[in-house]
Amino acid sequence: MALLEIRNLHATVDGKPILKGIDLSIGKGEVHAIMGPNGAGKSTLSYVIAGREGYEVTDGRILFDGEDLLELEPDERACAGLFLAFQYPVEIPGVTNTTFLKTALNAQRKGRGEGELDAMQFLKFVREKAKPLGIGDDMLKRAVNVGFSGGEKKRNEVLQMAVLEPKLAVLDETDSGLDIDALKIVADGVNAMRRPDNATLVITHYQRLLDHIVPDRVHVLADGRIIKSGGKELALDLEAKGYAQFGGAAAA
Amino acid sequence: MAKETMTDFPLAAAFDEAAPRLPGSDVAWLDALRAQGISTFRAHGLPSRKVEAWRYTNLNALARAGFAAAEVDVKLAALPDGAALALDDACSIVLVNGRLRPDLSDLDRLPDGVSAEGLGDLLRRAPSRAESLIAPAPNASAGALAALNDAFLEDGLILQIEAGAKVDVPIHLVAVGVPVPGKAIAFHPRNLIVAAAGSHATFVESHIGAAQGSYFSNGLTDVRIGRGAMLTHAKFQDESAAAFHVALVRASIGEDASYDSFVLHRGAELARHEVHAAIDGSGAECRLNGAYLGTGQQHIDNTTVIEHRAPGSRSSEVFKGVLADRAHGVFQGRIVVHRDAQQTDGNQLNKTLLLSRNAEMDTKPELEIYADDVKCSHGATVGELSEMELFYLRARGIDEATARDILVSAFLSEAVSELRDETLASIFAERITGWVDARHADDAEKAA
Amino acid sequence: MVATPETIEQLRSVTDEKYKYGFVTDIEADVAPKGLNEDIVRFISAKKSEPDWLLEWRLKAYRAWLDMDSPDWAKLKIDPIDYQDAYYYSAPKIKDGPKSLDEVDPKLLETYDKLGIPLKEQEWLAGVAVDAVFDSVSVATTYKERLEQEGIIFCSISEAIQNHPELVRKYLGSVVPYTDNFFATLNSAVFTDGSFVYIPKGVRSPMELSTYFRINAQNTGQFERTLIIADEGSYVSYLEGCTAPQRDENQLHAAVVELVALDDSEIKYSTVKNWYPGDENGVGGIYNFVTKRAACRGRNSKVSWTQVETGSAITWKYPSCILQGDNSVGEFYSVAITNNCQQADTGTKMIHLGRNTRSTIISKGISAGRADNTYRGLVRIQPKAESARNYTQCDSLLIGDRCGAHTVPYIESRNPSATVEHEATTARISEDQLFYCCQRGLSEEEAVSLIVNGFCREVMQHLPMEFAVEAQKLVGISLEGSVG
Repeated sequence: MALLEIRNLHATVDGKPILKGIDLSIGKGEVHAIMGPNGAGKSTLSYVIAGREGYEVTDGRILFDGEDLLELEPDERACAGLFLAFQYPVEIPGVTNTTFLKTALNAQRKGRGEGELDAMQFLKFVREKAKPLGIGDDMLKRAVNVGFSGGEKKRNEVLQMAVLEPKLAVLDETDSGLDIDALKIVADGVNAMRRPDNATLVITHYQRLLDHIVPDRVHVLADGRIIKSGGKELALDLEAKGYAQFGGAAAA
Repeated sequence: MAKETMTDFPLAAAFDEAAPRLPGSDVAWLDALRAQGISTFRAHGLPSRKVEAWRYTNLNALARAGFAAAEVDVKLAALPDGAALALDDACSIVLVNGRLRPDLSDLDRLPDGVSAEGLGDLLRRAPSRAESLIAPAPNASAGALAALNDAFLEDGLILQIEAGAKVDVPIHLVAVGVPVPGKAIAFHPRNLIVAAAGSHATFVESHIGAAQGSYFSNGLTDVRIGRGAMLTHAKFQDESAAAFHVALVRASIGEDASYDSFVLHRGAELARHEVHAAIDGSGAECRLNGAYLGTGQQHIDNTTVIEHRAPGSRSSEVFKGVLADRAHGVFQGRIVVHRDAQQTDGNQLNKTLLLSRNAEMDTKPELEIYADDVKCSHGATVGELSEMELFYLRARGIDEATARDILVSAFLSEAVSELRDETLASIFAERITGWVDARHADDAEKAA
Repeated sequence: MVATPETIEQLRSVTDEKYKYGFVTDIEADVAPKGLNEDIVRFISAKKSEPDWLLEWRLKAYRAWLDMDSPDWAKLKIDPIDYQDAYYYSAPKIKDGPKSLDEVDPKLLETYDKLGIPLKEQEWLAGVAVDAVFDSVSVATTYKERLEQEGIIFCSISEAIQNHPELVRKYLGSVVPYTDNFFATLNSAVFTDGSFVYIPKGVRSPMELSTYFRINAQNTGQFERTLIIADEGSYVSYLEGCTAPQRDENQLHAAVVELVALDDSEIKYSTVKNWYPGDENGVGGIYNFVTKRAACRGRNSKVSWTQVETGSAITWKYPSCILQGDNSVGEFYSVAITNNCQQADTGTKMIHLGRNTRSTIISKGISAGRADNTYRGLVRIQPKAESARNYTQCDSLLIGDRCGAHTVPYIESRNPSATVEHEATTARISEDQLFYCCQRGLSEEEAVSLIVNGFCREVMQHLPMEFAVEAQKLVGISLEGSVG
């Protein structure tokens, strides 16, 4: 059974149809990439999967590990093992990174019926995860994403992913705003987490992230529909020829 | 100026009867001060909303409640447990219904360089010495309620920090309101805090109620900070739920001196904390910060006026609050930069979260500037929790109620962290967390 | 801020100018007796052959006014005004009123020429229709026929009362009731003329409409009344300009402007106020006590106020928006410059009643000399204004150390889903900025003018082109003598 099964998904934002019938199936151990021009509905898809308010599903369904995802609140989805790396990570003044991560991790452990980590256990655990990402104690003590550079924010997203160990990670334009070194750190972080029982959905405009996180399948999203799917070579083809071949939507 | 209307407040009538019982009632200057106070109050009455400074705070409920002068003897053997701030090694001084209670206070173990005495005691023993201490500063603001405090001047704390003294033990004034069943009582504590040149001290106030019931505390505190002195002044207002708490602080800040003040409102049916800070010396610094937590039908008013009267001074204000249910918040902040106060730096920020459809916030941040080489700014926002922040937390697996709590606490922590004394800041933060948790529990109970 | 060569050139050309509109036109006038009483109200109404309902309305206003007090909450020092020591009606003598522009008294045409407002259509800035108000009456309206083709009514309010009484009766006083405030009530009793605009359903006005006010006669109060109605789906941009001769006594200008925007309509109202501000010692100048208010009644309606206030001895003015229709939008963009002894207390009110209503307030106050400049604004979110948004930014600039700049915002929020944001700053022109400009060859006054224009840019860019250039010049002129 696929880990994520999207069938005929239609969604609107402010009454405007954005997703117009998406079918997508991601199996355990797989990495899929969704590529597409601006305005194709890529971020909408990630928000619909994560359950953001205001993104209304008008038709279709999403099954996650056999469970109806659309029935769940955003935090229940997270506890079920779904992780969204935000395109624009949110700044939360007054909440330190450590507090945030600890609260989230313990909420999820509780949801899975596991015991909570105490402060010492947690700190040891998070430092282990932070080190390869080049995140030191100072960054852990600062308020969530406040005053972080673009690269720091994205590394922070990957750290959260490493700490929360999701079944499915959706990376929404995680490459945007990153220089090549930062891109490599982020990609290494993501690759380090690949296991036979989890999966990754990479949403991106450019092919370059896919040099580092190599996908099993590539899908082209345009005007709310997946109009083409193929192997990793499809990404290279897109890089060479652009989105124009898929019609007007590319102009954006 | 619009005419103030509510003139038939019973306290005005009660004065004649109460006056002979007040300490030092035969002392000429004191009689004159009280007579002036009551005549001013009688002329104006309680301020109505037509008075600009009271535009958003309606005292009708206070007028209706009546309020007589406080009973002389209140039985209170011990402080209510856990109500006042938990300051471990502080030196406590206790006021019960506005009267200093040596039996409950630590007057015998004051730190070096600190003198503390009761105003009432001083008025009886050495009224002439009291006169120079009580005399208000030339520019001190008055008003009907300050005049009422003058009229009923009776007791309070006189705290003096010697020049150059570096006092690391906080002085903790615990003001307890003890309601008298079947009777609405009023008291008018008058405190004076003098931090002489070069001294460092921390003065903390806890205003708490000994039992449920109504009373009216109309306090006035004069603060004088001498050249190069540093005073931290923190206050925890957690009066009984039916109490009225009105307090005016008149601070004068000398050259190179620093005043770091913070107030947390949690209790009272109606609370108004008003600070008039005059920066009289160059290079001085004034920091007025606060947080307010409103539930039920609480009305919480923070009013500040900072006057920059000398060049090269700095002021900053951060007031943040959370209003739930039908709570009503008010923030009025005025920064005045006088003609010669060049190189003034003044910043002010007021942010409020409305957690319910029926909560209400009125904000009036005001700048009045007469000097050109100044940098002044203010900002104000009113709104609800950020949907995006909430979603971000929930997307990490945190349930909605917890996510809200986290964001509310974080929102308030910005104001608390303005307090430079980290120990104090963490004590206030705990009180805020306590409030948030209690609300959470309440909500859970309602939902169940 | 970018100093374009054109800007600098413009400013250079005006640095030597004083108040150039200070001349007096010698023209025979029809004047009511001095003073104010019911007979004067009847006299004005009779002069204009008004219907009874309007006379009654005026009289009700007059009686209400007698019981009112002049407002004292503004941060203004106003010498008591003797309302009996003024004329309430003054009209240039004309035989039966001009039928066309050719019949307008040449002296009047000359006056408007001197003011830079030629009333001959071929000479006027292409595409701007003008209603010229001289003291108490409208003397000419241009481009009437062209506008009539579109069904647009643009005329003096006196004409509208005669020709379109149903519209006037329906809307007059519906936004600013005759009991509203001391000055508006006085205006309701004695208003003499003003402009009337009606834009029919679905029509976009093909040109800018404009009124030009001129106070000429001595001791004359000007009480004009403007009423603009934008019917469903219509659009109009309206400009207002003012000047007055240089006189030693103060003159009173107490206008009322009412705007009504119905569903999906938009009104853009721009003002460049250049009333005589008095001399550098505070002698003379106009007292400008104006009530301007817009009712955004319709869904998706929008009203945008843009004002550049440089004149008047005293300004008391709060162009406001009642955001009643769902999704309606109110905007207020203001530059207020005070120099010498001028005082301005100005701002706006944004009253959010409908769902999803939005308002933006950008206010730039510049104070120089011994002047005082106050921003006073109210943002009120009523309980039903779901998801309302307000953003307010108030910046003050002080030039010299004898002036004052004040910011008094009132924010009242009664809906948690609303977002209200207010920011204000006060600063002065830095020595570094001045030195930088001077080092590049600008005189200090040019530099100040340039920097101030930069400071005001966010507001100026909302003015129609024709006005923007004039407004930029005004900034320079108003600040003369403020440095050095």
